[in-house]
Amino acid sequence: MKFNILFFTFLLIVGCKWHENNAETALVETWRTEFVVHEDFSKDLKVYDFKGLEPLLNKKDGKVHVVNFWATWCVPCVKELPYFEQLQKAYAHKNVEVLLVSLDFPHQYDTKLKPFINERKIQSQVVALDDADMNAWIPKVDASWSGSIPATIIYKDDERQFFEQSFTFEELEKQVKPFLN
Amino acid sequence: MPLVLVVLAISAFTVNETTDNPGYKVGDVAEDFSLKNIDGKMVSLSDYKEAKGFIVTFTCNTCPFAVAYEDRIIALDKKYASKGYPVIAIMPNNTDIKPGDNIDAMKARAKEKGFTFPYLIDSEQTVFPKYGATKTPHMFVLQKTEKGNVVKYIGAIDDNYKDADAVNTKYVEAAVDALLAGKEVEQKETKAIGCSIKV
Repeated sequence: MKFNILFFTFLLIVGCKWHENNAETALVETWRTEFVVHEDFSKDLKVYDFKGLEPLLNKKDGKVHVVNFWATWCVPCVKELPYFEQLQKAYAHKNVEVLLVSLDFPHQYDTKLKPFINERKIQSQVVALDDADMNAWIPKVDASWSGSIPATIIYKDDERQFFEQSFTFEELEKQVKPFLN
Repeated sequence: MPLVLVVLAISAFTVNETTDNPGYKVGDVAEDFSLKNIDGKMVSLSDYKEAKGFIVTFTCNTCPFAVAYEDRIIALDKKYASKGYPVIAIMPNNTDIKPGDNIDAMKARAKEKGFTFPYLIDSEQTVFPKYGATKTPHMFVLQKTEKGNVVKYIGAIDDNYKDADAVNTKYVEAAVDALLAGKEVEQKETKAIGCSIKV
């Protein structure tokens, strides 16, 4: 990535110095297009208040939903994120869907969250929850939740489990398996 | 860690299990402690002979939510220390995991922000489990009574971490104001997002 940016900068400089040089300009354009198409994993990032998020925590579609509350600034969250990605990959064909609900600060969506999603090439669906009145919505996620993250819900229709803890892949798999038919 | 064990011990398919946090509940008497302050001196609640109670906060340097609330914690101390409810800040994290919370970093942060209250380190990590603190920031309002320091409020400072100007309810202030007026605290517990305490 750094090399790409350097290269891009180099091309820009070259382009500025010899702006008659169409070939160089075309190369820059190609690279930019590729960047947008292949690199922007965060372009569909949706931001919800809790009212908007709630339906995603209560789907009745027969699928197993694994919903993880996290943030880029939360070290244990970032540590366990690859296991959720691994789960999504390994169990997608068994109707398991992972949803990563970011609690990052809104002013850092562009500077922290989106670059993070891109750098890690996050495949699971990521949404952001922006709802400051935490005391109103935390108990609606789970009555036992004190509010610390990471926290995870696993649910299928009306069956539901809540975990205020970190996971390894094995622990996560163990908790998901009973939900599979 | 005990929380994790409890959760793991609960078998699959229990719905709405209540997490058995063994920490203080509202109405419990909080034990005193002796913790090292950033100036090297040991601090206990019993040192505060004139206090009517305490605003105890578990906080740290490295959690963005705790940082977002720093100015409001300073404001609480400025407003209530003189009325008998000083702020006591306790840093509960394991500093091997979070070097940014070690005693030198704590000193630097307190100086930078101009903390007017003690900033203690729970270096043995024995005090925060007794309170049942799970995250930073996590507030406890205590009232000094004949039977000891009784927990009167547990939870958040207010209802908007993002913007101090957009706050509707200042939970901690409401609790302390009620106690100062000799009234019952109306909202005794609230929930807030925070960084899990690193053990």
